[in-house]
Amino acid sequence: MKTEDLVSLLSTGAEAVDLRLTSRRWLLALAGGALIAFLLTAGLLKLNPALWHETSKPMFWVRESYCAVLGILGFTAVARLARPGFRLGLAPVGIAIAVIAMWVLAVMTLAAASPQDRAPLILGHTAGACPFLIALVAAPLLAALLAVMRSLAPTRLRWAGAASGFAAGSIGALVYTLHCPELAPPFIGIWYLIGMLIPTGIGAWLGPSLLRW
Amino acid sequence: MQLIEERLRSLMLQSLAGDAAAYRIFLDELTTHLRSYLRRRLAALPDEVEDLLQELLLAVHNKRHTYGPTQPLTPWVQAIARYKLVDLLRRRSRRDVLTDPLDEDDQVFATTANDATEAQYDVAKLLRGLPDRQRLPILYVKIEGASVTDTAIRTGMSESAVKVGVHRGLKALAERIRSIE
Repeated sequence: MKTEDLVSLLSTGAEAVDLRLTSRRWLLALAGGALIAFLLTAGLLKLNPALWHETSKPMFWVRESYCAVLGILGFTAVARLARPGFRLGLAPVGIAIAVIAMWVLAVMTLAAASPQDRAPLILGHTAGACPFLIALVAAPLLAALLAVMRSLAPTRLRWAGAASGFAAGSIGALVYTLHCPELAPPFIGIWYLIGMLIPTGIGAWLGPSLLRW
Repeated sequence: MQLIEERLRSLMLQSLAGDAAAYRIFLDELTTHLRSYLRRRLAALPDEVEDLLQELLLAVHNKRHTYGPTQPLTPWVQAIARYKLVDLLRRRSRRDVLTDPLDEDDQVFATTANDATEAQYDVAKLLRGLPDRQRLPILYVKIEGASVTDTAIRTGMSESAVKVGVHRGLKALAERIRSIE
């Protein structure tokens, strides 16, 4: 077929394109992924019985906002990387600032604590399981974000995969807080971050093969 | 440069709103720009130019919903072109490792028809390989220019199935072209 015939084929009967479809797909992926993440958390892990009581502690809200901010920044990067010609923007800088802020808070907490209290602040009761449980809860979100990404046109596949993993990881972590009894900043600064980085790594690994078009 | 951007962008916006005539002009002008871009970038592989051009046009068509109306058009096209170009070179380098190392000598004798608009693979032939539920809607709507309603009557498919068939068929076509090498 000649190129001019292909042009004619493509343009003949071309209809209007619904540009809101992409935002609807993202919304559906986020809502659906978060719902399954919640069902996993509530069904498999059980909600934290002290949850209501903990909402009165400032650190509870620091932890929630931390995960929420990372989730928003991560998703901003995802939405930009899914379209050709967009720069990544300042999302990675924002993510770095949030993480460093949590680390500063962690160091301040450790410095103020007596030496024998420091290990529990870092390890809590669930350090061994936390990153893997966050990755588990994030899995449906990662799958949903990658599925939408495949319908779009990412041009930097490894980055697009990694950003999907990070957004899934931080939103997954936000859902996971409904189960997690840990509030100490050193714990959040280390184990939550590792939990978010597991899906990030999986996304970066899958991106080049899964997102090709 | 600014003029090209403004002209192509306004044509693109009209196309996205459903103006098929504007879309045809858009694709025609885009073809000219992309062909000269690819000839520059693929100076050593002149036979690939028309192939990649057709692959790019299909990509632009299949991915046009990723264009943001407030976004400049040139970087959008540029990013797609660069992505497909890198993809092609990567595919070739993988293949060349496995095949004839004398490939480069061949080019001395290669005839390079500069004005060839015929690609090496045949989209029409690839089209024939699609299942009927995609092939017939593309044949009737896109090649013969029939309306969706008429096509639905002729094929016994529903109107939405005709539209889905066109959409999926063009995506499948791009997929097949991509996996040729």
